[in-house]
Amino acid sequence: MNLFVQGILWVLNPAHYGGVDGIDTRVGQHLLISLGVLVVASIIAIPLGYVIGHTGRGRSLAIGASGAIRALPTLGLLIIIALIVNVGLLAPFIALVVLAIPSILAGAYSGFEAVDRRAIDAARAVGMTEFQIVGRVEIPLGLPLLIGGLRTASLQVIATATLADYVGGGGLGHFIFAGVKTNDYPQMLAGSIIVILLAILSEVLFSSVQRLVIPAGVTAGRPQDVRVKSPRSRTALG
Amino acid sequence: MTWLLNNGELIGQLVVAHLLISLPPIILSFVISVPIGWVANRYRWSRGTLLTVLGLLYAIPSLPLFIILPLVLGTGLRDSINLVVALTLYGIALMVRTTADGLASVDPGIRQSATAVGFSERSQFFRVDLPLAGPVLLAGIRVVAVSTISLTTVGAVIGVDSLGALFTDGFQRGIAAEILTGIVLTIIIALSVDGLLVLLGRVLMPWVAVNSGRVARRELRRARGPVTA
Repeated sequence: MNLFVQGILWVLNPAHYGGVDGIDTRVGQHLLISLGVLVVASIIAIPLGYVIGHTGRGRSLAIGASGAIRALPTLGLLIIIALIVNVGLLAPFIALVVLAIPSILAGAYSGFEAVDRRAIDAARAVGMTEFQIVGRVEIPLGLPLLIGGLRTASLQVIATATLADYVGGGGLGHFIFAGVKTNDYPQMLAGSIIVILLAILSEVLFSSVQRLVIPAGVTAGRPQDVRVKSPRSRTALG
Repeated sequence: MTWLLNNGELIGQLVVAHLLISLPPIILSFVISVPIGWVANRYRWSRGTLLTVLGLLYAIPSLPLFIILPLVLGTGLRDSINLVVALTLYGIALMVRTTADGLASVDPGIRQSATAVGFSERSQFFRVDLPLAGPVLLAGIRVVAVSTISLTTVGAVIGVDSLGALFTDGFQRGIAAEILTGIVLTIIIALSVDGLLVLLGRVLMPWVAVNSGRVARRELRRARGPVTA
């Protein structure tokens, strides 16, 4: 446990801040990569998930694809892309987007599916167009599940972004890989502790957002825990 | 292709190493989760606490966990035991919730009937609740199996040998065939174990396939309207 204290002291040491390899710089990179990945993955997955959820078509295809991605080792994907496009940020970015899509997609379509059919029939009966049904009934009512999908994706991406630095992509993995290389256990622990803190922060943040987005009036029937089961669960590094 | 042919022995060793790390967590997490899931379902007050603790466990990223566990266990950083323990913990985090949900899904009417015909609490669990929760448990353990097998490769970045070693070695030496071999073999192992679990489910729960087939046919007929000759 003595080593654990040394790890915490490593995090607190002012000499480890500032500069290219400073903790502050690396945390910034890590968050920026994760945020960028979530934005790109959302742009792809949310509209697609809404189409699947609204029309009910392509659901089994989406489930099958998510299952296949779960079996795909992210580390291998990241490295093979790095070999093709060269080291740097692009390879981890692509691999992380692939990783994040299934969770967000599942959140988007399961959110639509969870909407009470009678609410949709009622909306149609009062004369709403299909677009109005999507925009004013399905999207608001499905939002908690979508945020649940984003929550899972965010956890996976923050965790797995640690691998980015293995191919020179930056982020907090630097402390872990540099520590492994030089047998510097406190440094490895420091990197690990910070990544864990970020992951927990993401969980806390998303679970509060999830509570906030439940539309007024449906609080009574709100599920206990509206987090989407991760389609590929623990991904790498996660 | 030549790389593949020249390195059959290495690949064989890594496949064995991979299975030795990934199979114990799949079995252990199932065996450990059933009693915990039973407690979570049986005693309502424990459910929230157990699921919150396991949710937190699930939120810990794997590479950091691989690095912190040796401190707790007193093992070496490159000891494969760390991976086995970490992967088992993730498996438990996922399976306890699934087990609790599966047991909760058993029709209360059936449970009352079982009590009425004189099942003891223990035999009711093993002969009524557990078999009826079976399909849900199977779905859960399939997810655990596939993600465990895929996640095992991450250990390679800290020097624990598995098929992931083909990724790190292939990267350092710039051999795409080696990395591809690792990816394909990991997927093949994951899908094979998944297939075996489905098969095991058919053997242990023969009524499921028959039933769902019948239900599916009934639903189909209803959708089409009555069948007229």
